[in-house]
Amino acid sequence: MVKSNLRQSLAPWLLSMPAFVLFLGLLAVPMALTAILSFNAFDGMRGIQPGFSLTNYISILADSYYYELFLRTSAMALGVTVICIIIGVPETLILARMRPSLQGIFFVVILGPLLISVVVRTLGWQILLSRQGAVNSILLGLHLVNRPVQLLFSITGVIIGLTHVLLPFMIIAIWTALQRLDGQVVHAAQSLGAGPLTTFRRVTLPQLLPGILSGAIIVFTLSASAFATPAIIGGRRVKVVTTAIYDEFLNSMNWPLGAAISVLLLIGIVFVVVGSNKLIERKFKQVFA
Amino acid sequence: MSTRANGGNGPLALAFHTVVTVFILAPLVVVVLVSFSDKGFISMPFNGASLRWYQEIINAPELLSGFLLSIRLGLTAATLAAALAIPAALAIARHRFVGRDGLMAFLMSPMMIPHVVLGIAFLRFFSVMDWTGSFAALVLVHALIVMPFSLRLTLAALFGMERDAENAARSLGASRLVAFRRILLPLILPGVAGGWVLAFIQSFDDVTMTIFVATPGMTTLPVALYNRITQLSDPVTTSVSTIMIIGTIIFMFALDRIVGLDKVLIGKK
Repeated sequence: MVKSNLRQSLAPWLLSMPAFVLFLGLLAVPMALTAILSFNAFDGMRGIQPGFSLTNYISILADSYYYELFLRTSAMALGVTVICIIIGVPETLILARMRPSLQGIFFVVILGPLLISVVVRTLGWQILLSRQGAVNSILLGLHLVNRPVQLLFSITGVIIGLTHVLLPFMIIAIWTALQRLDGQVVHAAQSLGAGPLTTFRRVTLPQLLPGILSGAIIVFTLSASAFATPAIIGGRRVKVVTTAIYDEFLNSMNWPLGAAISVLLLIGIVFVVVGSNKLIERKFKQVFA
Repeated sequence: MSTRANGGNGPLALAFHTVVTVFILAPLVVVVLVSFSDKGFISMPFNGASLRWYQEIINAPELLSGFLLSIRLGLTAATLAAALAIPAALAIARHRFVGRDGLMAFLMSPMMIPHVVLGIAFLRFFSVMDWTGSFAALVLVHALIVMPFSLRLTLAALFGMERDAENAARSLGASRLVAFRRILLPLILPGVAGGWVLAFIQSFDDVTMTIFVATPGMTTLPVALYNRITQLSDPVTTSVSTIMIIGTIIFMFALDRIVGLDKVLIGKK
């Protein structure tokens, strides 16, 4: 009896052991090494210097270049998040009202691109956003602009590309919240004389808010940590945190500085995720209860 | 769906929906169109179409070897991830133990950590361990980053299944292993297979993490494509991309048949 109890309590550990060992060796150890690396000094001639120093963090905090870098990245991520909300909320509601057969098709059309390589999707935007590209042709054709707009290598272009990459995540999050929405309440509001706009603002939107917020967290963090899209569309002219890390590691070869920027990016993202989760829990206790 | 009671979509809603659909499809359509151009630069095929950019792929050896590497890597990494995810999912779904939530969070964490950060962590780790350019090392880190997808779908299958058949088998004298192999595994197989396909796609598509650990002899297709796009603009990138789009669509059909695409895309439901 004792033996089988022991077996029972050891079982989950034995079952998860292989995955746990892989994660310990190839996730925990490399992440710890990166944290240590960020405290090593770097010398252009002699390379990485062992020993503890705050040089990298001090040089980041003392340089307005890095403030701008982090600010630009946050502004970009915030822009993408806001646009995803503005497009995502109505689009999800429209999808929800479709006939099941059409709904199935458009789910695949709108969410399917998630599975297509980000490099491929960004290449499409690189072509569309160029000076002779389709977006500029449309803008010129509609006489909205007089000459081609510089969209490639601009933050606007990066935001457009990232919105395309991340919109499906927002729609999925809102859709999940919509599934929990009680249709009876909407009916009640309407039968009590509320118009469609009032019903949306006072009844539907508040119930969708948790979904919108969790979608916003996902979109914001994925935008702030996106690499391929800002690198291809933004190029050297629009530097964001991830492309700066790439340059430190693969061009300047200043690994300790790159590691320090990475640590700050990770801290920033954890801060945003934990902070917003706290906010959601506090604000929407009654919704989840 | 309760909201459908509100009636269908009005003309304004349909116009909005059309714009969103065009926005979503435009970059993919344009890539496919440009790939059939007969010009030597990025252009539409309306003034002359050809398949020359598909023939040109032969002259891009780094894309060809990248393709083969990505296939090999995806197959091994997805299989390894599934092999580790099944027992781990069993532990999490069937047992209550100290640290269960922590273990779950740990195994799902590659989805939370920016891939750039994972990339530099692996780059540093590989250089310390002298693993740079090793295929085995690449398989291990790919298995690690795709594990959350495998784990999530396997867990969903385990939570959704009835235990009656398994209990019956056990009470009729089947050993734990036989019950697992003959009853449990077939029941959760759709989830496991769906997780495998999704893990394969994620491994095959990863560029942000892999770009840091790729070496000249060990460059995956997305990384080779990224390098080519940032260095020169020739339509070969579009023909390769078109093949990748078609490949993904085939995999999407497979996923839809195995577990249902909505389940994969929207998560456990």
